[in-house]
Amino acid sequence: MIMLKIKDLCASIEGKEILKGINLEIKSGEVHAIMGPNGSGKSTLANVLTGRENYEVTNGKVEFMGKNLFDLAPEDRAREGLFLSFQYPVEIPGVSMANFLKTSVNEHRKYKGLEPLSAGDFLKLMREKKELVEIDSHLTNRSVNEGFSGGEKKKNEIFQMAMLEPKLSILDETDSGLDIDALRIVSNGVNALKSKDTSTIVVTHYQRLLDYIVPDFVHVLYKGRIVKSAGKELALELEEKGYDWIKNEMGE
Amino acid sequence: MEDQKKILGEVTQSDYKYGFVTNIETDTFGKGLNEDVIRMISAKKKEPKWMLDFRLHAYREWLEMEMPEWAYLNIPPIDYQDIIYYAAPKQKVSPESLDEVDPELLDTFNKLGIPLEEQKLLTGVAVDAVIDSVSVKTTFKENLAEKGIIFCSFSEAVQEHPDLVQKYLGMSVPSNDNFFAALNSAVFSDGSFCYIPKGVRCPMELSAYFRINAANTGQFERTLIIADDDSYVSYLEGCTAPQRDENQLHAAVVEIIAMENAEVKYSTVQNWYPGDKDGKGGVFNFVTKRGICKGEGSKILWNQVETGSAITWKYPSCVLMGDNSIAEFNSVAVTNNYQQADTGTKMIHIGKNTKSRIVSKGISAGRSSNSYRGLVKVVPRAENARNFSQCDSLLLGDKCGAHTFPYIEVMNNSSIVEHEATTSKIGEDQIFYCNQRGISTEDAIGMIVNGYAKEVINKLPMEFAVEAQKLLQISLEGSVG
Repeated sequence: MIMLKIKDLCASIEGKEILKGINLEIKSGEVHAIMGPNGSGKSTLANVLTGRENYEVTNGKVEFMGKNLFDLAPEDRAREGLFLSFQYPVEIPGVSMANFLKTSVNEHRKYKGLEPLSAGDFLKLMREKKELVEIDSHLTNRSVNEGFSGGEKKKNEIFQMAMLEPKLSILDETDSGLDIDALRIVSNGVNALKSKDTSTIVVTHYQRLLDYIVPDFVHVLYKGRIVKSAGKELALELEEKGYDWIKNEMGE
Repeated sequence: MEDQKKILGEVTQSDYKYGFVTNIETDTFGKGLNEDVIRMISAKKKEPKWMLDFRLHAYREWLEMEMPEWAYLNIPPIDYQDIIYYAAPKQKVSPESLDEVDPELLDTFNKLGIPLEEQKLLTGVAVDAVIDSVSVKTTFKENLAEKGIIFCSFSEAVQEHPDLVQKYLGMSVPSNDNFFAALNSAVFSDGSFCYIPKGVRCPMELSAYFRINAANTGQFERTLIIADDDSYVSYLEGCTAPQRDENQLHAAVVEIIAMENAEVKYSTVQNWYPGDKDGKGGVFNFVTKRGICKGEGSKILWNQVETGSAITWKYPSCVLMGDNSIAEFNSVAVTNNYQQADTGTKMIHIGKNTKSRIVSKGISAGRSSNSYRGLVKVVPRAENARNFSQCDSLLLGDKCGAHTFPYIEVMNNSSIVEHEATTSKIGEDQIFYCNQRGISTEDAIGMIVNGYAKEVINKLPMEFAVEAQKLLQISLEGSVG
């Protein structure tokens, strides 16, 4: 089944065109890595797909499980099963992680026509999922991301992913700021959530993460276009030759 | 961005749900103020001579005073001769039972969610309801009387407990304290009176509910709370007014006196009509509230959630006279559209080892202006006084303003005074983060603001906390874009 179908997608921010015709198809069960140098449009793609303000789609269309993605408000995209693990998760002081997640989980359930989880069931679910990313139990009593270390913030993103069980997850530079142990834990979490019904887009600069989360396809994004697509070996080749190799191939 | 504005805009249109007018016959005086009007008010209430003298004295002082102009507020000129100073729902002044209360009036309070019926028993709240100028009905008087607690309308207290009233009236807020307090002292028509005897812990929350109904009417209520030695009371105050195009004046006075080891907790959710989204109409809320920690080890807590009024001028304060006394001021003030608020507190440390704590959370949105103004004063004899102040401002959008005016006067070098202040903005980042987790923008703003104000809301009694959380969300809908 086709999870995501991006066709000729162009998008700009403040009048500046960043994405210049992206084409990409992702099937259920696949892991796609999107790599590329700084400023190539990787994060823009993640933001456009999830519906962040100020990004303007100027051309093209995106289907998410057969639905026109751009017809959906950002919260409805999330409720349909699109998840973004943020590169820089924000802090929300005074709002406990547990309260935040309870609202989030129940909004997802409401959208599917399900009753809200009881407090007991919710706590049970949290306990189960916490183990997956080896996070401290006190973390859920703290305010959303407030005073979390870089590693805790990223683990917390994957913890939320585990709670919400999305169809398609976009991991936006989830490896940045992680030490090797945290990287292993985060990757194990992502892998444990993988199934034949879910897909993952891994946005990263480095090959390192892809040793743990092994992609089926690697795409190189450069100046707003996908200029090269291949299997996982492409990541290794990039690591070895650097992005200059791509730039040279592009005749620059 | 546009969508967000649209959704929020739609919600804002229906924000003030208490804006209805009740059709009841009202007994009013003509507009204007002079000594005769004051004599008429006093006569209407069959007051003793000392009460009339108090009023006339205040009036004469008021004539010499000018409206304060130091606040960071833009107050349009007020014609004090264009206001009605007495309006009462036409009915028997002291109804013996609920059957004697005008059904329209009961319906009003039901609409406001304040049933005066005995069902209040279940929630354990005793209510004194003041509509326009007159106290309509005090519930639970009998239950409280068994413990020796007096909770009644101010007028009734003047008749039934003149010694107490005469002894304590004006002790916290003298009639010449300020322009609005003097005006109130001259013309106040009713309010609540509460006395907790020695050693008694009031078994239920006492609640006063104020409403302005009649047009062109000022509301001048007066509250006097006396907590005798070793007693405790938690007192709640709520207020609403109909939606009218002209401004309405509300100038109340609240006085609290806490004796030795007594504790008084005073919580307000102020939701007077704030005016429409273009700044038309709304209540001018010029209120003087002050408590005296008179006895050793006494404690007074002011908790307030301010979401209403076109203009708010209000500084619930404490005079810490008794040694080891404690005072707290916890405030959330929200302004949206064209609302203006200049609010804060004064903590005057006189006794030794006195402690005060100030937590002020301002939230400004729209084109509003929100100022914190606070004084911490430690006199030379107040050894080891402590104060901690925290003043945070949260801005939504870029057309609103937040200001902090802390004044600190310390004349004793054994005291410690700390002040912290922060200003932050609700970020689109925070809202988007919530959206991406399936939470709508409206719910996200409510959640973020309540998180920010949590420290104060947690101090409110349960039923008020829930109301306050909803109010915060409603008051701010339509404010981010």
